[in-house]
Amino acid sequence: MFGGLDFSVVPASLPFIADGLMFSVNLTVVAMIGGIVIGTLLAMARLSDFPMLRAPATFYVDAMRSIPLLMVILWFFLVIPLITGKPIGAEKSALITFTAFQAAFYGEIMRAGIQGVSRGQVWAGQALGMNYWRVMGHVVLPQAFRNMLPVLFTQTVILFQDTSLVYAIGAKDLLKAADIAGKNYNRPVEMYLFVAAIYFAICLFLSWLVRRLQRRIAILR
Amino acid sequence: MGYHWNWGIFLEPIPGGDETYLDWLISGLGWTVAVSLTAWVLGLVVGVAMGALRTVNNRWVVALATGYVELFRNIPLLVQLFLWFFVVPELLPKGLSLWVKQDLPAKEFVTASICLGLFTAARIAEQVRAGIQSQAKGQRMAAQALGFSGFQTYRFVLLPVALRLVMPPLTSEFMNVIKNSSVAFAIGVIELTFVARQMQEESEQGIETYLAVTTLYFICAYLANRLMKVIERRTQIPGTVGGGR
Repeated sequence: MFGGLDFSVVPASLPFIADGLMFSVNLTVVAMIGGIVIGTLLAMARLSDFPMLRAPATFYVDAMRSIPLLMVILWFFLVIPLITGKPIGAEKSALITFTAFQAAFYGEIMRAGIQGVSRGQVWAGQALGMNYWRVMGHVVLPQAFRNMLPVLFTQTVILFQDTSLVYAIGAKDLLKAADIAGKNYNRPVEMYLFVAAIYFAICLFLSWLVRRLQRRIAILR
Repeated sequence: MGYHWNWGIFLEPIPGGDETYLDWLISGLGWTVAVSLTAWVLGLVVGVAMGALRTVNNRWVVALATGYVELFRNIPLLVQLFLWFFVVPELLPKGLSLWVKQDLPAKEFVTASICLGLFTAARIAEQVRAGIQSQAKGQRMAAQALGFSGFQTYRFVLLPVALRLVMPPLTSEFMNVIKNSSVAFAIGVIELTFVARQMQEESEQGIETYLAVTTLYFICAYLANRLMKVIERRTQIPGTVGGGR
């Protein structure tokens, strides 16, 4: 059953695969950092007293969450060149798309985190004469961020898996690299198995890290 | 931006065919619904079974079910789809392999539904497990005291409650199935995302195309949400905070 498989293509294509993996990791890290920063701002807007901030932020988050990621990827790939007037390439488009898309999901996590901080913390900050930004920056957000750390990382594991969808616009990520290598060496079966094993190992390792982190945070409190 | 709008594009015929783009969209919607519903049914059946197996009193069965969940949750859906489509047929016995590759009717649709169904099952299994484990231990003991077999305990006591408890996460999972069905384009199922890409290329009216497709996805997800809410209301557990009489 496994007799016809020939994994000698794996070492031969390794440098190529490594490039793809680098892009996937790069995309994950950029979208994670950008997504958490923009997501936190979105969460603050959703919780603000001004309807002018609340409504658009809520609309943005709901829209991103109800459209398939693949369609979002196609949308950005189509619209960005129309706005800037020149094509920007699949890789750059992917970086922008994933940051914008993930912001909605990280935003919801941060919103839950902010709402979980006790109200007395905010009052204490205000009693000390802090303004909104100081209360947020020095009191509420650090606590919200730490409480939500495991959830933020779990979302990052999902994000890493989702990066494979840039296949749709032809960006050279881990999956696309395996796809190309499989076609070049005429060994697609082995390459797909290999790349699945890489994804599996990385995601399993990350989930294990999250579980460890959860235990450590639980002890700290 | 110099974009040329043309909202009449949907009624124009496809180059080299007598269908209109609208016909294309409707057939794409049909395939999206078909893949999503098939995968959803498969996901529910396998997911409930796997979730229940993760809570039984047998180490090996639990390990097997846990392995299933970990395997399907830690590989990206698109990669799983390629595994089912390109790799699995190669690993089958000769005769079966040939049949799958040449004679399996609607091969792309069947593959996409199985893949999405088993992927969703792993996620449903986690929720069902949580639903079972959140119940008081006395439930299981009471069932055993009444002389229920293992299967009967799950069928008549644990699962009916667990499934009602996990209705809210199941609702979002149903909407996820519809969104996730979009990956099926990658193996050539002519569903909405496939039609979106194709129509954008042929007609060069990208914005109109994507707006139409996005709206159709949105309507599907909304209807799925409403349907689940109706079921949730009809099956509420009497006497609970959220529940009816």
